[in-house]
Amino acid sequence: MTLITRQQARAGFAFASPWLVGFCVFLAYPVLASIYFSFCDYSVLKAPVFIGADNYKELWGDEVFWTAIKNTLVYAAMALPTGMLTALILAMLLNAKVKGMPFFRTIFFIPALVPQVSLAVLWLWILNGEHGILNNLLNPILHGVSRVGNLGVTVLNLVPFHHTYDMLDLQGPNWLGSPAWSKPSMVVLGVWGVGNAMLIYLASLQDVPTELVEAADLDGASSWQKTLNVTIPMISPVILFNMIMGIIGTLQVFTVPYIMFPNGDPARSTYFYTEYLYDNAFKYHRMGYASAMGWILFVMILILTFVSIRFSERHVHYQGG
Amino acid sequence: MKSHERTLTVNRAFVFAALIVLSLVFAFPFLWILSTALKPLDETMRDPPVWIPTKFMWGNFWDAIKYGSETLHYIPFLVYAMNTVLLCVLVVAGTVASNSLVAYSFARLRWPGRDFAFAVTLATMMVPFPVLMVPTFALFRWLDWIGTYRPLWVPAWFGSAFSIFLLRQFFRTLPFELSEAAKIDGASEWRIFRDVIIPLSKPAMAVVALFAFMGVWNDFLGPLIYLLDQKMFTLSLGLQFYQSQNGGTTWNLLMAASTIVIAPVIILFFFTQRLFIQGIALTGLKG
Repeated sequence: MTLITRQQARAGFAFASPWLVGFCVFLAYPVLASIYFSFCDYSVLKAPVFIGADNYKELWGDEVFWTAIKNTLVYAAMALPTGMLTALILAMLLNAKVKGMPFFRTIFFIPALVPQVSLAVLWLWILNGEHGILNNLLNPILHGVSRVGNLGVTVLNLVPFHHTYDMLDLQGPNWLGSPAWSKPSMVVLGVWGVGNAMLIYLASLQDVPTELVEAADLDGASSWQKTLNVTIPMISPVILFNMIMGIIGTLQVFTVPYIMFPNGDPARSTYFYTEYLYDNAFKYHRMGYASAMGWILFVMILILTFVSIRFSERHVHYQGG
Repeated sequence: MKSHERTLTVNRAFVFAALIVLSLVFAFPFLWILSTALKPLDETMRDPPVWIPTKFMWGNFWDAIKYGSETLHYIPFLVYAMNTVLLCVLVVAGTVASNSLVAYSFARLRWPGRDFAFAVTLATMMVPFPVLMVPTFALFRWLDWIGTYRPLWVPAWFGSAFSIFLLRQFFRTLPFELSEAAKIDGASEWRIFRDVIIPLSKPAMAVVALFAFMGVWNDFLGPLIYLLDQKMFTLSLGLQFYQSQNGGTTWNLLMAASTIVIAPVIILFFFTQRLFIQGIALTGLKG
């Protein structure tokens, strides 16, 4: 090794040293310790006691654990596609060359800046059962729809079937109070905050070479065909990226349901994985049990990420790759 | 070609109309909190809803700030705000200082194992926080740091994968000839870092600082786990306590308080818009 390279290596380690320490103390140690704790009975107050795979066995039979998994996956299955599609549509609209793009971009992005706690509080107020503004806006519309629908029902009932149909009386749902609507109300709130994903899409849309779109134009492709066959394949790596980030984010959802739905109400329909993990660790002081849950979450994320990469392989197009 | 142009115009008009409708939908919640924050209490619950308060109660903001001060003998909102600002300063300073050093090493210095270490660094971004939560808590408990701010800011001084990644990408775009020239003049790596690289990297460092600030301002789980004394709470933790304390929630005051929590982030965004958008776009593109 020459003097220069040795000097540089020394400087390299010196500059990197904060992270080398930080990595060992705040990442490597916790990851290893949490594997060990997950095989222990550990309350933090006393030293961990090794109990083999008992935590994992207990989780297997823990009904609340399965409820939390089910809630989390159902929520992810609703929130992920809705959010990704909204972000993509907004980005595509912004990418059309219309006036005032910076203005619209700002309006769509700003909700993503709202702190999670404020977000939850704000939507508690908007979705409120009695005084919520959303239902106040929806009800007249639903009322109109009901009246139109009732014309049809009346006509139907004139026909002498053996069955008469009830008149419609549509009303805004009980967003926060009914188990069927508690998760959709979180999806609505999530749609409002898709700004980050939208900006990432927008940046990649602006990178799509105009020659390609023009070539498709000359071939007489419609806007829909251009979107489907040129734009979407060109930004597919970014769609995959946003999807993986979305999976990681939605599976760890915590703050919003913790504030909007105390104790996972109504009827445990909003008791999510990270909430149960938090409760085990800091409410019931079952740190070993919580560590086991942490690892199961990690494995779920890895599997879903791997699956989405594998399944998208044929559809994702890497430029020059 | 004429008809082609016409469809283009029609398309554009359609897009414009969609953008206007959607921006109204997206802006609506903000307008609604602001309207609620400025109402007298009885107007918040009226049916049909009162869109514009009959009387603008600017005093609501002050009432929201000093809410709870009679029983506690201090103004909780101001105390929480001070705590949050203190934490923000400590975390932002630590994030910028540590990550720029580390990123410089990854981007522009050669040392054995560097590329492997960088790959590991990127991989750590996959580890979800809940996995780290318990052992980190145990570690801080062993250090006797529970109930202090240290668990919330000390780690920021030891680097974070995301910021290292962001800064490294930026440092690599700076011409290497600059470093070579400085080296020929006999400058040490520290001098090159301080006098050549840092002055050219202000935008990237501002992005990292901005994200760090947002992280602290928004963090809920961290303070929830580590802070015990109500006097030490941050705004995001305080806001929740604020709401549950109100049996029949005084929505106008709660919305006024929320507005004050949201406002700094939005104001900051307006001043740093370009940086912000570049930063976020960068996270998706160079992945």
